[in-house]
Amino acid sequence: MKLRVCHLYPEHLNIYADRGNMAVLDHRCRWRGIECLIEGCGPGDPLPRADLYYLGGGQDRDQRLIVPDLLGRAADLAAAVADGSAVLGVCGGYQLLGHVYRGHQGDEMRGIGLVDLETNAGKRRMIGNVVLRCELDPGRPRTLVGFENHAGRTRLGPGLEPLGRVVRGFGNNGEDGGEGVRAGRVLGTYVHGPLLPKNPWLADWLIQTALMARKGRVELEPLDDTLEREAQRVAEAIASR
Amino acid sequence: MLFGAKLAAARAAKAASRITRAGGGTTLPGKLLLRMDPEAIRRMAGRLSSTTLISATNGKTTTAKMAASVLEESGHALRRNAGGANLSSGVASALIDARRGETGLFEVDEAALPGVAAALQPGRVVLGNLFRDQLDRYGELELIGERWRAMVAAPGFGATVVFNVDDPLVASIGAEAASGLTFGLDDEAAGAGTMQHAADSKWCPRCGTRLVYSTVFLGHLGHWRCPNCGLERPRPEVRATEVRAIGLEASEFVLHMPAGDVPVRLPIPGLYNVYNALAAAAIGASHGVEPAGVGRGLARFSAAFGRFERVVLAGRPAVLLLVKNPAGTNEVIRTLAADSHPKTLLVALNDRIADGRDVSWIWDVDFEELVPQVESVVTTGTRAAEMALRLKYAGLSPTRIAVEPDMAHAVDTIGGEAGSPAYLLATYTAMLELRALLEQRGVVRPYWEAA
Repeated sequence: MKLRVCHLYPEHLNIYADRGNMAVLDHRCRWRGIECLIEGCGPGDPLPRADLYYLGGGQDRDQRLIVPDLLGRAADLAAAVADGSAVLGVCGGYQLLGHVYRGHQGDEMRGIGLVDLETNAGKRRMIGNVVLRCELDPGRPRTLVGFENHAGRTRLGPGLEPLGRVVRGFGNNGEDGGEGVRAGRVLGTYVHGPLLPKNPWLADWLIQTALMARKGRVELEPLDDTLEREAQRVAEAIASR
Repeated sequence: MLFGAKLAAARAAKAASRITRAGGGTTLPGKLLLRMDPEAIRRMAGRLSSTTLISATNGKTTTAKMAASVLEESGHALRRNAGGANLSSGVASALIDARRGETGLFEVDEAALPGVAAALQPGRVVLGNLFRDQLDRYGELELIGERWRAMVAAPGFGATVVFNVDDPLVASIGAEAASGLTFGLDDEAAGAGTMQHAADSKWCPRCGTRLVYSTVFLGHLGHWRCPNCGLERPRPEVRATEVRAIGLEASEFVLHMPAGDVPVRLPIPGLYNVYNALAAAAIGASHGVEPAGVGRGLARFSAAFGRFERVVLAGRPAVLLLVKNPAGTNEVIRTLAADSHPKTLLVALNDRIADGRDVSWIWDVDFEELVPQVESVVTTGTRAAEMALRLKYAGLSPTRIAVEPDMAHAVDTIGGEAGSPAYLLATYTAMLELRALLEQRGVVRPYWEAA
């Protein structure tokens, strides 16, 4: 079995150690005998066919550099999702999944509109440790931990569910108690740290979801997550102080 | 209150904090003085005969210590903020006891630099490098770059800018100075060839095109040019050739200065320390120190607080390594990995404000390079488990990793094992804790004395 991951703009969108997310996907596949093929895709490169597309965050300037190229791929990415691919956007990558990002000076950056959400810059950055309660599979509540650092206030369109409920931290906008977005196989979040190492259940959910669209029912062997659980426990305790 | 009285109050506070050992008076007296008189630094600046400010993401403390060694060699009496307190409060604290005619030599935090420079009116400002640092504290490095650029371009800025031409962003800022002195590495063989993951300034600072490198030395430092607008690395006036690592003991290179060449043996490993030595040599050159004197000064340099500082812990040799951000840690990792002996590590990761609350950066460090040589590692600090997790995903078997959040216990674990040297990597506040523990065991001096 093989998981194909496309890391979009790895040279531009990598500010919060996004590479850690790739390392986790790669190792957790290989430890189970699943091949993991991670391909980068930069401006002008052909978009690889993938089971999972990953879009990280970048510095403002780097982000502006790739947006025109990304907008040109909006239809292809929407088609890939309709065909069963999963998508994960983190920080700036999360904002770009939506319709638009409006800056302080009325400057606008368009997104690909894959998900019905939009973001407006706020005055103060929302920075700190985060704890979320998530329930991607009904009846199986999970804890998600990490760090957020964003000026954007994101609002989800009607009927859209956040990735999780904020237990500690600010979340999408510091007001409605939601963090991130979950729209079928498309996830977006401000949580980095990076996201996946301390939240192995989410890494496995992504691997499973991405594989299942094309391979049918896939069961993942459990792994020894002693260190992962301990790192999550400590992160939750620090966030709760 | 007259300024003299305010100064006396600040001096008393400094003496008191030395006696109570509350950090050696490196910050608080200055903070107190600046609160009483925000113009205090400007008022005290005139006592110094000339002043040099050193700023960079990485290498400030080591560069300042190397420059001190060089300048002392030629008879300068120095006034320094040697305890590493590099905000305006730290500079003010150091100035409290300044004597007339002393030469000022201060390391200054990147964000604090424009303010300190405006107050002190230095003769020289050294711009070493700009790397991705603690994002939760300072925002993005380009913002710091813009503040440096505005400082250099401001009317009335009279300092000679000593700058690293191998860093594209820093080079473009230095080029705007009315008076400049450049330094850089001129040894293509010392290059790493490929760019590391954490490389930051990959884009032309003038037109935004991706830069082309004929050689990358570390991070984004190297021989660069823009294929679009033609901007390129200027030729450095102070430079190193024939760089050679002597195990984990030293580096040797030929130092070229406008006044002549000299072979240097620098008693600390790492290519990044060659950069620090070049900055120190350039400071010496601008003070008129002869090449031979610069060479002697660099040769008798001893490591600053936690920068390849060697100690003996319960009979076992140990090396203290401060780690703060991906670029600096990558250089520590690469320097250690160049020595193929099996290694015992202690890695102390804290997430306090001075360390950066966000510990994501450890995932941008190439720990993978060191994994083949790691016999065993103890992780400690507030984020001990997270550090262990990073090493696990770098390919280290969890059976070789012990998670011991209690630092005293972690240190004793390391101290108890005989044999090869232990390498102790620690973030800033973790290093302070570690040193306090080593002090209790009689291994090191207090940091404000050791620096």
